[in-house]
Amino acid sequence: MLQSKSFAKKTKQGRVIKVVREHYLRDDIYCGATFCKVCDTSAARLSASASATILIVDTNVVLNQIDLLENPKIDDVVVLSVVLEEVRHKNLSVYNRVKALCTNPLRKFFVFSNEHHRDTYVKDMIGESPNDRNDRAIRVAARWYQIHLGESTQILLITNDRENKKRATEEGISAETVESYVKSLGKPDLLDLVVLSSSVDVPMEDVEDLRPSKKKIIYSEHKPMSEVTSGLLHGIYHQGKLRVNRYNPFEAYVGSESISEEIVICGRANMNRAFHGDIVAVELLPQDQWRDGKSLIIDDDDDDEEEVHLVPNSADDVPRFENPVQPTSGSSPPVSSHPPGRVVGIIKRNWHSYCGSLDPMPMPAGNAGVAHALFASKDRRIPKIRIQTRQLGNLLDKRIIVAVDSWDCLSRYPSGHYVLLIENDINSRPFSSQVLACLPPLPWSLSLEDLANSNREDLRHLRVFSVDPPGCRDIDDALHCKPLGNGNFEVGVHIADVTNFVLPGTPLDEEASQRGTSVYLVERRIDMLPKSLTEDICSLCSDVERLSFSVIWELTPDANIVSTRYTKSAIKSCAALSYVEAQARMDDSRLMDPLTTDLRNLNSLAKIMRLRRIKRGALTLASPEVKFQIDTETHDPLDIGMYQIREANQMIEEFMLAANISVAEKILKHFSLCSLLRRHPSPTKEMLEPLLRTAAAVGLDLDVSSSKALADSLDRAVGDDPYFNKLIRILATRCMTQAIYFSSGDLSPSEFSHYGLAAPIYTHFTSPIRRYADVIVHRLLAAALGISRLPPIFMDGPQLTSIADNLNYRHRNAQMASRASVELHTVIFFRNRPTDTEARILKIKSNGFIVFVPKFGIEGPVYLVAKDKGSSDWVVDEAHQKVTKAGTKITYGILQTVRIHMEVVEPQPNRPKLQLTLII
Amino acid sequence: MEYVDSLTGFRLDGRRPNDMRQIRGEIGVVAKADGSALFEMGNTKVIAAVYGPREVQNKGQQINNQALVRCEYSMANFSTGDRTRRPKGDRRSTEISLVIRQTMEACILVHLMPRSQIDIFVQVLQADGGTRSACINAATLALADAGIPMRDLVTSCSAGYLSSTPLLDLNYVEDSAGGPDVTVGILAKTDKVTLLQMDSKLPIDIFENVMQLAIEGCKAIAQYIREVLLENTKLLESRKGL
Repeated sequence: MLQSKSFAKKTKQGRVIKVVREHYLRDDIYCGATFCKVCDTSAARLSASASATILIVDTNVVLNQIDLLENPKIDDVVVLSVVLEEVRHKNLSVYNRVKALCTNPLRKFFVFSNEHHRDTYVKDMIGESPNDRNDRAIRVAARWYQIHLGESTQILLITNDRENKKRATEEGISAETVESYVKSLGKPDLLDLVVLSSSVDVPMEDVEDLRPSKKKIIYSEHKPMSEVTSGLLHGIYHQGKLRVNRYNPFEAYVGSESISEEIVICGRANMNRAFHGDIVAVELLPQDQWRDGKSLIIDDDDDDEEEVHLVPNSADDVPRFENPVQPTSGSSPPVSSHPPGRVVGIIKRNWHSYCGSLDPMPMPAGNAGVAHALFASKDRRIPKIRIQTRQLGNLLDKRIIVAVDSWDCLSRYPSGHYVLLIENDINSRPFSSQVLACLPPLPWSLSLEDLANSNREDLRHLRVFSVDPPGCRDIDDALHCKPLGNGNFEVGVHIADVTNFVLPGTPLDEEASQRGTSVYLVERRIDMLPKSLTEDICSLCSDVERLSFSVIWELTPDANIVSTRYTKSAIKSCAALSYVEAQARMDDSRLMDPLTTDLRNLNSLAKIMRLRRIKRGALTLASPEVKFQIDTETHDPLDIGMYQIREANQMIEEFMLAANISVAEKILKHFSLCSLLRRHPSPTKEMLEPLLRTAAAVGLDLDVSSSKALADSLDRAVGDDPYFNKLIRILATRCMTQAIYFSSGDLSPSEFSHYGLAAPIYTHFTSPIRRYADVIVHRLLAAALGISRLPPIFMDGPQLTSIADNLNYRHRNAQMASRASVELHTVIFFRNRPTDTEARILKIKSNGFIVFVPKFGIEGPVYLVAKDKGSSDWVVDEAHQKVTKAGTKITYGILQTVRIHMEVVEPQPNRPKLQLTLII
Repeated sequence: MEYVDSLTGFRLDGRRPNDMRQIRGEIGVVAKADGSALFEMGNTKVIAAVYGPREVQNKGQQINNQALVRCEYSMANFSTGDRTRRPKGDRRSTEISLVIRQTMEACILVHLMPRSQIDIFVQVLQADGGTRSACINAATLALADAGIPMRDLVTSCSAGYLSSTPLLDLNYVEDSAGGPDVTVGILAKTDKVTLLQMDSKLPIDIFENVMQLAIEGCKAIAQYIREVLLENTKLLESRKGL
C-alpha cells in the first residue's frame, strides 16, 4: 500500500522555480537482517545471528573511511539511503566504491531506504539545515533499527561528528567514533586504515602531532570557494588542470581556457598543495616576480633528478612544454613564453591511491608502535606523503599503495594512509566463478548446429592462414586470398567470432567490458577474457575448425574494392605462421606452393593499398618498440633490442586496416547514432610546436598544414644518416594525441576522421579477443546484417558514451602498464651490464640534455653539470638548440650523436634507476 | 541519471517499477455540466465536463446516423510551475484533443444518438506527467456521470523504459528523460486496445513487456473507476430513497 506525501523544494535553473515532487512512503521496506521475524528476508544481507552488532554509518564515515569499510573484517553494515545520497553528491568515486560494496555478495552491506520508509522518514523542520536534518534522519533510522530488532541486537551508530554522537547518546542510541570502534575490535592492522580526522569535528589536540614546535604555516591558505568563483568570473583567477612536469616535480603547468598560454607554476609553495591532475584556480604573479629560468630548477630537500624512461609514444605521455630554459646570466630580460602563476584554490582534487615505498627510517621505540613514515611514490610527480602506521616493520622495503587524505597548510607533506591495491587500475585478479560459468565446456568443437545456422557460411574449404608474432596464442585474425576467374582476387579477413561465446548481459560480458582490454607485459599477459576462450575456443589456431566473422572483398589486381560482403563463418586455418616464417616464404623464390602464392598475391595487393593510403596522407609514424629475450628460468631479460618491422607485418596491418574501415562504413550506415568508432584528432599548432622547433634547429622545413603535407615533408626529411628520418618521425609521433573511441551519436560526422590513417572513419573490428571495443563492433555488425538483434544497451546513448570512455581509460592504462613493465625489465637488464652505446640528443637543457638510445628505445637525461655544483659554464642557445661550453669549442646540437655510458645506480633504497653519463 | 536505484530498486519518488501513483476520482464536480469528473494520478490533476447529447450547434457538422463527438483539451496556465500563456489550439493540444476524441468515440454507442452532439471538455489543472492518460480516465468518468451509453469503460495508463527497466505510470521527471514512453488505452472488460502511442524507439520484445505493463495499469485503473461509479450509484440510490 502506498502512502503519499509531497514535499516542495526549490531548484535553481536559471531562475528560481518551485518544484513539487511526490515522495511515497512505504511499509514494505525490510530491515535486511536475516534473523528478523517480521520482515521478508529474501533480500536480506545482514548477519544471521541476533546477537550480532549492526553498524549504521554516518556520511562522514563513508566519505573518509572507505578504505576501512572495504576491509573484509568490517561487516554487518547498514548504509542508509540518505547517507548514500549525500556521498554521491560529495564524492562520486567513493559513492561507486560503496555501491560496489553493497552489491558484493560476499559482504554484508545492506542499503536501507530510510527516506521511503514510513517510520523513518523525517520532515524538514523549520530553520533546520539540510545537514542537521540528515543527521536526524540517521538517528531516527538507528532508533528504528534498535526497536525493530529488539534489545538482543546491538545497533551501533558510527559517526565522527561530535554533535551527532552527542545527540544520539541523548536519544538513547549507542554511538561510537570510528577510532574508538576499531580500537575496541582490537585489530591493529585495521587501525592503520582509519583516517585520522583532522577536520573540525575533532579538536586539534586529538590529532597526534609529534612536532608541535614545527607548527608553522608552510603553505598559504586556499581561498574560499566563493572567492575563487567570483575571481574566475572576473578574470583574476584562471581555472585549469595542473600538470606536473615529469622531469621536474617542482614545476607544473596549467592550461587554462581563459588565457591562451600555459601558466607555469614553479616550486611547491606556488603549487600550494595541488596534486598532479587537480583542477585548480591560478593567479598570475605580478610582472616583477617573473623569474628567469635559473630559479626554475629548485632544489628542495627532495631530489629533482630526471629518470630514464622509455620513449613516450604520443603527446599524451610527454610533458607538453619544455622547461623555459633561459641563458645563464641573470641580466637578460625574462623571455619566458609562459607567464608564471600561483595556485590560490583547488576546485577539484584528483587524489587517488599511489604506489611506492616508504623512505627508510629507524624503528621508533614506544608510542604503542605507532610510527610516522614518509612515503615516496613511484610517480615522481607526486609529493611525498606522510602516513601513520603501526606495522612499520612490515611495510618497510615493500611496495605499498597509499591513499591521500588531507593536506593542511601547516604540514609540508600531505597525510595519507596505506591501502593495498594495484597500480594503473588494472584488474589482474582471476575470473570469478560466475564469469567462468558462462564459458562453453571444454574441449569445444564445431557443432552441427553452428553449421546448420543459415547465417553462418561454411568456409572450411578455403585456404585460410594466420600470420602473427611468434609465440602468439591468442590468434584473432586470419586471411585467405583466392584468384577469381576474371583476374580479380577474393580476399577474406576472418576474425575470431568472440560474440558467439560472449553474450551481452552475461557476467562474462560485464567482466570483459570492465577490463576493456588485455594487458601485455613483458612475458606476461593479463587477459580480458578467460584463458579457455583466449587461447583455445576463439583462437584461430591451425588445423582446427573455428567460428569466425568474415569480411570478404573482391579486389581488382590494382587493389580496388569491387564488392564487400560480411558474414559469420566457419573456417579451418591451414597454417599459423609467424611474421618471420611468412616473410621467409615470400622471399624464397623456390617455393611455389599455393600458400606461398597466396602470400605473394596478398603482399602485392597490400603494397598497392599501402601506397594509396600514404598518397592520401596517412602518416608513417615511428615508435620504437623494445623487445626482450627472457631467460625461461630466472625470468631475467637476456637481450634487449628494437622490434623489427617486416613487410609481412605491414601486409597484415594493411588488410586489418581495410577490414576495420569497411566495417566502420557498414555499421555507421545502419546505426548512425550508436556506432562505436575510433577517431584521431588532428594535432593543434601548439602541439606541433616542439617538432617544428627541433626541425628548424637542424635546418629542416616541415609543412604541418595537413596530414598529407606533413607526411610528404616527413618523407623528404632525409638527413645524412639513415636514422635521421626515423628520429624525426618519432618526434612527430609524440606530438600527436592518442586515438580514442567514441559513440557516433556524440559527434558530428566531420569530427569522425582519423588523422594518422587519413581515413574519414575508422573502428576496431579485428581483435575481439583482446579488445572489448571490437566485441561491441562485432555486435553492431551482426545487428547490421540482421543476424542478431542489437542489445538494448546501444539504445542508451549516455551508457554507450560511458563504455567508450571506459575503453579509452583502460586502453591508456594498459599501455602505461606495458611501458612500466618494459622499463622494469630494462633496469633489470642493465643492472649487471653497464654498457657504452650511441645515443641521439633530443632536447637541450641548461644543465644537460635528453638523449634517446635507438638501440634500446629508451630516453633519459645526461647531465653536463654535476648536481651539487651550482652554476654551469655551459651556454644554451635556445634558437639553434645548441649547448656550448664557455670558452671552448665543445658544442652539442640537437639530434647529434653522442656516446654514452649506461649503468644502474641505486641512490635510494628500492628505487634503482638507470643513469646515463656522457663519454667525451 | 539513474531512474531506478540499482541498490534498492526504488524509483526517484519511492515507487517500485510496477507501482502506479496514487489515483483518485471524483464525480460531479461541475454542477452545470451534464456529467463531470475530477481525476488525479499523483500530482497530475485533470477535470472533465461533458455536455450532451444535445442538439448539434453547427448544422453543417450534423451526422445523420450517429452522434457527433467533440473534444477540447486545454491546460490551465497555472498547471505547470512556470506561468507561460499558451495559445489555444497549439499543435500539442490539438493532437491530444484528437486522441481523446477518437478514444472516446470508440466506446460511446454513437449510433444510438443520431443527429446529436456530445461535447467533452478536459482541462489539466496540474501537470506532472501522464496528462493524456489522466484526461482519458477523467473523460470516461464524466461520460458515465452524464449517463451516455458506452460499450465499456475506457481507461488509459502509460509505461516507459528507463535504466533498462519497464516502469509503470511515468511522472514528469521520468517522462522528460527522453526514453520510450508507451501510452495505452483499453476497453477494460473486452480487453481491446483503443489507443496506443509511443515516443522514441524500443526493440519489439521489450516493447511487448512495456505494453503489457501499461495494460495491467489500465486494468487497475478500470477497477478503481468501477468502484467510484458504484459508490456514486449507491449515493444516487439513497437520494432517490430506494
